[in-house]
Amino acid sequence: MTFREVDASEAVALARDGYRVVDVREQSEWDAGHVGGATLLPLADVSGRIAEVAPDRDARLLLHCAVGARSARAAGWLTDMGYTNVVSMKAPIASWREQGGVWEEPVQVLSPAQQRRYARQTLIPEIGQEGQRRLLDAKVLLIGAGGLGSPVALYLAASGVGTIGVVDDDVVDESNLQRQVLHGVDRIGMFKVESAELTLRGINPETNVVKYVERVDADNVERLIGGYDVVVDGTDNFDTRYVLNDAAVRLRKPVVHGSIYRWDGQVTTFVPFDGPCYRCMYPTQPPPELAPACSVAGVLGVLPGIVGILQANEVFKLVLGTGDTLAGRLLMIDAMGTTFDEVRTWRDPACLACGDASPFASVHQQPPQPASV
Amino acid sequence: MSTVRIPPVLRQDTDGSRTVEVTGGTVAGALDDLFAQHPALRDRVSSNGTLSEFINVYVNDRDVRYRDGLETPVGPEDTIILLPAMAGGGR
Repeated sequence: MTFREVDASEAVALARDGYRVVDVREQSEWDAGHVGGATLLPLADVSGRIAEVAPDRDARLLLHCAVGARSARAAGWLTDMGYTNVVSMKAPIASWREQGGVWEEPVQVLSPAQQRRYARQTLIPEIGQEGQRRLLDAKVLLIGAGGLGSPVALYLAASGVGTIGVVDDDVVDESNLQRQVLHGVDRIGMFKVESAELTLRGINPETNVVKYVERVDADNVERLIGGYDVVVDGTDNFDTRYVLNDAAVRLRKPVVHGSIYRWDGQVTTFVPFDGPCYRCMYPTQPPPELAPACSVAGVLGVLPGIVGILQANEVFKLVLGTGDTLAGRLLMIDAMGTTFDEVRTWRDPACLACGDASPFASVHQQPPQPASV
Repeated sequence: MSTVRIPPVLRQDTDGSRTVEVTGGTVAGALDDLFAQHPALRDRVSSNGTLSEFINVYVNDRDVRYRDGLETPVGPEDTIILLPAMAGGGR
């Protein structure tokens, strides 16, 4: 058994006759334009994933690439695997179009400059140009521009998250510089949000940095988080964490939580009503001796780096809508032993913020109101 | 022997140990052995025979609040995790 090679004119005819077109080029080539109705299956994935595309060995398959070399290799493999109706187009892809084959022009979602800047991550199948567009359109609010906020902000800006809000009423202190890598010695005394903006603009001039020289409290929290898609909690105290949590539950904003102490860190993601909230996990604020702040207890410089980058990773998945977030899991990092452990977390039906008695839960459960006439 | 993981804020009461080996067929039994070995922990982790509301207790990855509380069984291969909330964000 062998496969047949055809010219562009016959390939177009076969496609019209119902052959399944399989493009064995790479994602970047596909993104630049591709055969209408084709399925992308890069050469490296052909053997592993053909069964998803064509479970039936008798399926009529028309393979193509840019000129016919890769598709001939793939066709040979498929024939060896027992596929009986495999055809490879031996012609430049331009000929397909000249022969009147169906063609889809690329959707230009990124500018040429953006395509260059984000090339390494648009290559990733789960991101691509569409995912990059989502990142560019995303609005992420960082509560705190300190130890945790620094690495989160650096990576979000570098990766093209379009709008980064930064809430912090503090100024840069010399003792911050050991871990708050947004800031440097020339920023001592400057508001952290100003310093953050300078650093982020240097990394990515396209980033829209929105500054809030404020401390989150019950009066301003809804105004601050209301316009954002995701909130990153890098605060340093319990009062703010509870205030933020309750508002996030009310407004249904996902919160990526990080906290640190010396060599230890905790990371999780709270998606309201889809897993627990902060109050479900910690219903009551612990006394200070059980939960001292970094300013009292100390913290390893790299620890907020580790935790913050894991928080940034959660933000990417929330924005892209891909992967498994830490919703329903708490990740515990022990830098002293270099161990990562996780425990499962649950929404508490008795939770004061998101439990079954919560008025915000019942709003969620109501059917949509009919539109008024 | 079961293993109890000691969170950093409580290690001053275990001479710095990050884990303590204990015996006991339930969370209550395991904690009794833990307190026998490190008496200063008793008042920080429990009060009047109940678990402190500030410290979450897990057997392996399961919160005992959603199992049988102090009566949750603990096997010799199990790990008990004591987990207080952390405040720090790095100001």
